[in-house]
Amino acid sequence: MADIPTAPPPGGPLPADTAPPMVAFEQVSKVYAATGSQAAFTALDDINYSVPRGTITGIIGRSGAGKSTLIRLVNGLEKPTGGRVLVDGTDVAAQSESALRTLRRSVGMIFQHFNLLSSRTVFDNVAMPLEIAGQSPAEIKARVAPLLDLVGLGDKAGRYPAELSGGQKQRVGIARALATSPKLLLSDEATSALDPETTLQILDLLKTINHDLGLTVLLITHEMDVIKAVTSHVAVLDQGRVAESGRTFDVFMSPQHATTRVLLSSMPGSGLPDAIQRRLKPTPAAGDNVLVRLVFFGKTANQPLTARMASTLEADVNIIAGAIDEIGGEPCGTLVVAYPADPAVMERAAQFYQQTGLRAEVLGYGA
Amino acid sequence: MAPEMLLSLLTSTLWQTVQMVVVAGVIGTAIGLPIGVFLATSGKGELFPAPLTNRIIGLIVNATRSTPFIILVVAIIPFTRLVAGTSIGTGAAIVPLTVATIPFVARLIEAAIREVDKGLIEAARAMGATPFQIVTKVLLAEARPSITMALTLTIVSLIGYSAMVGAVGGGGLGDLGIRYGYQRFMPEVMLAVVLVLIVLVQAVQSAGDALARRFDKRHRKHG
Ligand SMILES: Nc1ncnc2c1ncn2[C@@H]1O[C@H](COP(=O)(O)OP(=O)(O)OP(=O)(O)O)[C@@H](O)[C@H]1O
Ligand SMILES: [Mg+2]
Repeated sequence: MADIPTAPPPGGPLPADTAPPMVAFEQVSKVYAATGSQAAFTALDDINYSVPRGTITGIIGRSGAGKSTLIRLVNGLEKPTGGRVLVDGTDVAAQSESALRTLRRSVGMIFQHFNLLSSRTVFDNVAMPLEIAGQSPAEIKARVAPLLDLVGLGDKAGRYPAELSGGQKQRVGIARALATSPKLLLSDEATSALDPETTLQILDLLKTINHDLGLTVLLITHEMDVIKAVTSHVAVLDQGRVAESGRTFDVFMSPQHATTRVLLSSMPGSGLPDAIQRRLKPTPAAGDNVLVRLVFFGKTANQPLTARMASTLEADVNIIAGAIDEIGGEPCGTLVVAYPADPAVMERAAQFYQQTGLRAEVLGYGA
Repeated sequence: MAPEMLLSLLTSTLWQTVQMVVVAGVIGTAIGLPIGVFLATSGKGELFPAPLTNRIIGLIVNATRSTPFIILVVAIIPFTRLVAGTSIGTGAAIVPLTVATIPFVARLIEAAIREVDKGLIEAARAMGATPFQIVTKVLLAEARPSITMALTLTIVSLIGYSAMVGAVGGGGLGDLGIRYGYQRFMPEVMLAVVLVLIVLVQAVQSAGDALARRFDKRHRKHG
């Protein structure tokens, strides 16, 4: 059998796991001081996490988990109350104001609500970071035009943001963030205000940029779909702490933390049809079927396992639902099957899973 | 009153009004605008944090604005004499007009700048902009339509205020209306003055509106 085409880790020439990280959070905490009637609030608590160089890394968490706070520490918009944030080895909070401004030119940022200047044309918006850096009009012109082409807005240079669609506005935001040739791109919910199709287009653009420019991308989102579509690494943030982290594929395939499971269950396609879900029972009665979710990935992804399953189990195996997917660039599939909840059958099934490496999860029992 | 006589009075007093409004408007804006920017950016956690100075200037601005203009005119006569060398005449009238304009402009500019989306300040900071660059490239640029409206309102108000400085011999259209139209009971003079003022205010307002509309790129334009 041929080798399974596992996707290479996206990114530059350095293996992501050995190169020094692009961003390192070291025992980072952030406490918002008490104000008047408001008590002090710990938004981040002892965060230790490294963003591998050249990757698209995601941070996911529920609203209020501290995602925005965390990403704002990276370019010094916010200062940690404890620990250090290193960007390419530089301690952000230790920089003087002017050194911080220089550092910010090497870190681009895009925003949920785009934050474009309404008074400036598309061209002038993209030119803004270059103006700020003191470049000449000639230099600016030479830089902005190719950037607009890169994001597919070459023909919109003279338009104002109000004349663009949401997706186009975010493209301007991306071009602006890339203007000063940063090594790191920060994205704070950059697709949350966009429809699903536009979201995919913007994510594709981020992938292209990551791949072609070798830029590290750190994005935060509350949408598992976004994490699944573009990131190779992910950290799950829960109440100001990193609940779990690792390669996106691994986290998706075997979520360890309850928050991750909740976030995963909100993904479309992850649930059963309502009609089946409602009839499921936690324990079997005589004559019931057991419903099992099988996950195929890596080696198991393209073997004819389902065909062998019925004969091995010596029972009828019904296929209830199925989906083929790609997570962090790696193919995987899920299949929900039902077979008799007979102890002997279930015993044979358990052995079958062990031999083949299939991941199986009992969803419940039903007639 | 003979029409030629009325016409000549109207043109000379109109000229006085224009002088007062323009000079007080320009100086008042030159001083009031930076104060407005400061008020809008010097609160706690803002671009140039100086909460105490902010409070003190805010208090002075409020005090000046709550003093009725006619009382201000009389109250600052010593100051007027110091600046203008006299307390009578159009030149002298410009002093209280300017003093009243400064806090007026400051508060309007402050409001206009506070309207600017905080996300834009954040974006500019993330680009590595200095606070001064944020003021010029973000705050003033984005607030330009509102600032234009604010300055239009300032000029219109100044035209109104300038009618009151007849009390210190400031001259101008308002003074003409009071002296001839009211005190000497010449209704045709009063009518002419009011008509000229209406046209003047209307012209300033329309020009200001048109300019603000031209600066305003916040909304999609139709047609
Ligand atoms: N300036 C502040 N002062 C006090 N508390 C703050 C401040 N900024 C954020 N917080 C609190 O810190 C917590 C984390 O906020 P943060 O904006 O980082 O969340 P988030 O994960 O980005 O949420 P969302 O998905 O809704 O954007 C929240 O409970 C918020 O109320
Ligand atoms: Mg947020």
